[in-house]
Amino acid sequence: MLTYLVRRATMAVVVMMIVSVICFVLSNVAYDPAVGIAGAQATDEDVALIRKTYGFDRPLVVRFVEYLDNIATGDLGTSYLSKRPVIEMILERLPVTALLAVLSMALALLIALPLGSAAALWPNTIIDRFVQLLAVAGQAIPNFWAGLLLIVVFGVQLRWLPISGSTTYAHFVMPAITLGTFAMPPLMRLVRAGMIEVLASDYIRTARAMGIRPFQLTFKYALKNAVLPVISLSAVQLGFMLGGSIVVESIFALNGVGYLAWQSMTRSDMPVIQAIVLMISMIYIVLTLLADLLNAYMDPRLRGSRK
Amino acid sequence: MTSQASVSTVEVAEEPIVKRLGFWQKALAHRTFVFSGIILLAITLVAIFAPLIAPFDPYFQDIASRLKPPFWHDTTVAEHLLGTDQLGRDYLSRLIYGARISMAIAVAATLMSAIIGITLGLVAGYFGGWIDTAISTVITTRLSMPIILIALAVVAIVGPSLTVVIVVLGLLLWDQFAVVTRVATQQVCARDYVTAARVLGSSLPHILFKEILPNIRAPLMVVATVEMAQAVLLEAALSFLGLGVQAPLPSWGLMLSEAKTSMFFSPWLIVLPGSCLFVLALAINLMGDAMRDLTAGGRG
Repeated sequence: MLTYLVRRATMAVVVMMIVSVICFVLSNVAYDPAVGIAGAQATDEDVALIRKTYGFDRPLVVRFVEYLDNIATGDLGTSYLSKRPVIEMILERLPVTALLAVLSMALALLIALPLGSAAALWPNTIIDRFVQLLAVAGQAIPNFWAGLLLIVVFGVQLRWLPISGSTTYAHFVMPAITLGTFAMPPLMRLVRAGMIEVLASDYIRTARAMGIRPFQLTFKYALKNAVLPVISLSAVQLGFMLGGSIVVESIFALNGVGYLAWQSMTRSDMPVIQAIVLMISMIYIVLTLLADLLNAYMDPRLRGSRK
Repeated sequence: MTSQASVSTVEVAEEPIVKRLGFWQKALAHRTFVFSGIILLAITLVAIFAPLIAPFDPYFQDIASRLKPPFWHDTTVAEHLLGTDQLGRDYLSRLIYGARISMAIAVAATLMSAIIGITLGLVAGYFGGWIDTAISTVITTRLSMPIILIALAVVAIVGPSLTVVIVVLGLLLWDQFAVVTRVATQQVCARDYVTAARVLGSSLPHILFKEILPNIRAPLMVVATVEMAQAVLLEAALSFLGLGVQAPLPSWGLMLSEAKTSMFFSPWLIVLPGSCLFVLALAINLMGDAMRDLTAGGRG
């Protein structure tokens, strides 16, 4: 267990290092920060002056060490446009994105668990077909389009829900449905596959032979084991949602990290873009690490076979 | 990380030649395969022959006939079957030309990522050891960075265009190819024909691409469909956010973005391109499911 833990954590640290190199390259090599600070109307002399004052003329290695040092102390740079520390801008919007991600995840699981189980209990029936169809359709529907349709129907035609902003919980309903639809299909497939496998296993057959009632059998004995891989996929999906939130948040003008990312991209505010990429990747790395460790803790068989 | 890359076994064809002979017979009896195949074939033909099919020039603006409704709203206007957009361009023609962009991106980006991913996976799976560890680290890194975010950031730096979108998606969508190829290669490497080729002194490219690759083709075809569908939807999302294909090109995602302002009064402007995207992605995904079914040797 300890070797697994160490190997897995080492991998996470190495990946974090590579991700920070990529973010540095994005913001300092692929893009000239002096031009970014100077703005669109600046002359070549202005740019040269800024390059010297900010120290962008020093070797990349020196600047990279400085960059890592800044990250370690929580300094992710300053926005070109608002001139505010990027970390502040992200942190004040993170709760909105986190709430959206958690709500969407809850919604996705609320649909995936019962429907996936039902499909596994009655495979190749009309219920199973319906669930499979739902999964395929959910995967193929462009999530920004789903968002637009929701806006037209529930926001404009029926006037049930607000279509933009993030001030009340009602503002989160449509974004959560949009993002939840995007996260649901893989979860539902996994629940179905896991349940089918578990239901065919020896201990379930034994339990059934012992006369345990079907309801109890399904929810107490089978689901518990089938849910194991679902937990780690949920963590992965939660990470994806942080990325996917950029589309959903910009449709509904939900003032979260994704919306900030999109605004920064359209205005080339590089420090903000770079910091968000770094931050979301880091959150994702930690989430998957936790998921894998939790998985290993709950299922000892996984420790040896996986890296 | 491993949670994403956790494919432990992959279906690998035992007797490739025998299997292939039976494949088309089985495929044509498979309802999902036939259904999705017909849709994909139709969209491909529409994309290829767009100039012959489209009733109007998709770029021609007629400000006098802006936002004309499609035929089911107003039977008297027969000229524009699916109406016109906010610049008076024929919507049907734009949708037809839009198929070209989606298909071009799906094929080109998937081809590019297949080359990258399969090469990485073959090398990692064949050599093992530190090479495998190094490549696995690269795969894990790629998996820990959300595609849509990276794609948007890169496009924001480089500047948006059709080529940039294809290259960026091609450079990002290779992860599943690499994961599946790596595991399948590990399984196949132990087989006798690989050992035989090695003993006979075959060159490394020969072993990798002539001996191993043909035998792990089936699972890779399934991955290809998944990535194609992803490429279509990602291009649409990028274009929708203004950081993808640029106007006046008729990309379905861009059309949705342009229609946003008039969607409350002319909802068909968003219903039509979105439905096209949905149908294309659905057909590709169903094709993948059918192929998984057909190549798994009867086991669903």
